[in-house]
Amino acid sequence: MSSDLSMQTPLGGQPLPFTPTTEARPMYWSLRRELWENRSLYLAPVIVAAVVLFATAISTIGLPSRMRAMARKPPAQRTSIVKAYDIAPAPIMLTTFIVAIFYCIDALNGERRDRSILFWKSMPVSDRTTVLAKVLIPLVVLPLIAFVLSLITQVALLLLSTAILLANGMSPVPLWTQMQFFQGVIVMVYGLTVHALWFAPIYGWLLLVSAWARRAPILWALLPLLAISAVERITFNTWLFMNMLQYRVTGAMFEAFAFTPKGSSGDVTRLSQLTPVRFLSASGLWAGLLLTVLFLIAAVRLRHKREPI
Amino acid sequence: MTACIEARGLRKAFGATVALEGIDLRVEEGRIVGLIGPNGAGKTTALNAILGLTPYQGELRVLGRDPWTERDRLTRDVAFIADVAVLPRWIRVAQVLDYVGGVHPRFDRAKAEAFLARTNIQRTSRVRELSKGMVTQLHLALIMAIDVKLLILDEPTLGLDILVRKQFYDSLLNDYFDSSRTILVTTHQVEEIQDVLTDVLFINRGRIVFDCSMESFESRYVEVMAGPEHVAAARALHPIHERQVFGRSILLFDNVDRQQLSALGEVRTPGIADLFVAVMGHSAGQAEGTAR
Repeated sequence: MSSDLSMQTPLGGQPLPFTPTTEARPMYWSLRRELWENRSLYLAPVIVAAVVLFATAISTIGLPSRMRAMARKPPAQRTSIVKAYDIAPAPIMLTTFIVAIFYCIDALNGERRDRSILFWKSMPVSDRTTVLAKVLIPLVVLPLIAFVLSLITQVALLLLSTAILLANGMSPVPLWTQMQFFQGVIVMVYGLTVHALWFAPIYGWLLLVSAWARRAPILWALLPLLAISAVERITFNTWLFMNMLQYRVTGAMFEAFAFTPKGSSGDVTRLSQLTPVRFLSASGLWAGLLLTVLFLIAAVRLRHKREPI
Repeated sequence: MTACIEARGLRKAFGATVALEGIDLRVEEGRIVGLIGPNGAGKTTALNAILGLTPYQGELRVLGRDPWTERDRLTRDVAFIADVAVLPRWIRVAQVLDYVGGVHPRFDRAKAEAFLARTNIQRTSRVRELSKGMVTQLHLALIMAIDVKLLILDEPTLGLDILVRKQFYDSLLNDYFDSSRTILVTTHQVEEIQDVLTDVLFINRGRIVFDCSMESFESRYVEVMAGPEHVAAARALHPIHERQVFGRSILLFDNVDRQQLSALGEVRTPGIADLFVAVMGHSAGQAEGTAR
């Protein structure tokens, strides 16, 4: 977690006397607190995973006939049967991103709204620890949840399909050979990591607005961006700011993966399509991380200053 | 002896509204201090400044530290109950015990459990499911199990029935307080804490208008219930306040000989509330005087 450490040092303003027991315990309990309070963090992805599993499980009933049909096709077209396994993680990951957005926009606002901030502040947990715990939720905890649930879903589907094929007296070997299970795991870990890093300024911005706004933080998070864009359009007749925002939302896909043909967000079938070097040398990544640190420093300052709403 | 809280010229303004107009204050270790004042007098602002929840001007030291810049360190030695409604409503009783035990090095879980065992609070309940009295009992159980040097209570018994209020102050005195601890409390139910306090402070319009220990309070202030025949004689001794109850005059004296007064009628120690009315009436009159 080199990204967490690099964030911790500048946030304090002064060098941290690093004592693991006194720093780690409040962090651990702050994270548990977030999971207690926001059960949707894991419940929403679990429900989506269950739905995905259920829907795909129903489609596996037709698997034996599809396997037979495929056996008659030339090998080049044989990838279709594993499609379901490849797309299963997508809705789960999408859910965790949506949950992350809603979590961040409420994280520092809700505790002021219900006045519980007075209780949290009466405990020996610093504002810095609290804000860091809150940003670790979308940066680390939610990607972990997405990874574990995707893995469970895929393994369950694989076992289910194997059982159905065996019950129909067919060999599951073609399925297993096409699966590329470990490659899938690597692509998933890579995808979740690059997106967490790429989206970090979005989470930081939402946390900052959450700490600053008295009400309707979601409006305060969006309207200034639209306003800047509109002003730019009217004054200079350009869309630079809007393009920048769009790049922030979709950029990770283009910087971290190579799609063929270029520009289509198709499948990732080979590990050579991962482009970590290009991703790490993208100025957008580092500008975003710098912005994240600034947003978080401001959020810590605001939490120190702000009173219950 | 070191002061637990020391303030000099403590000032705080919200925009054009001045909440604290230069407070000088010294609270010694091992005292139970009542901070009494009307609504909007600046009580909560003063407490928030002491707790490091709000920035301020002037000089303020709590346990020798600056509460605004050193709040993180102070929270280990200072506990507070802001009012009944600050425990997060979604949290379960067992969770809040785990959490406080996890983050507070001075929390004694067994003590909190023992206190909760005397209540009807279930471990699995969420705070939102508890009655107002139970939430206060829970918060109190948590706070009293933390070994801190300074405890700050802002209207801790607001909205509670009289039984729970009585129980609250009894446990505060019997189970919690000792000479190494200091308690600062604000409340509107002044008469209930009169016997609990060691010192009393009146605050009005952002100023401390009265500061007295209870010992000197009891020796200084005398209330006389004078019959009609003695009223003129009593008034000649310059009472600081006079009120009528059932056709008899009750006069409040500051530093007048008890013997002399007992000749005029029934003599007793006044309630803090009565002195409060007298002092507030006096300071309000003064304020009007200076305004003109």
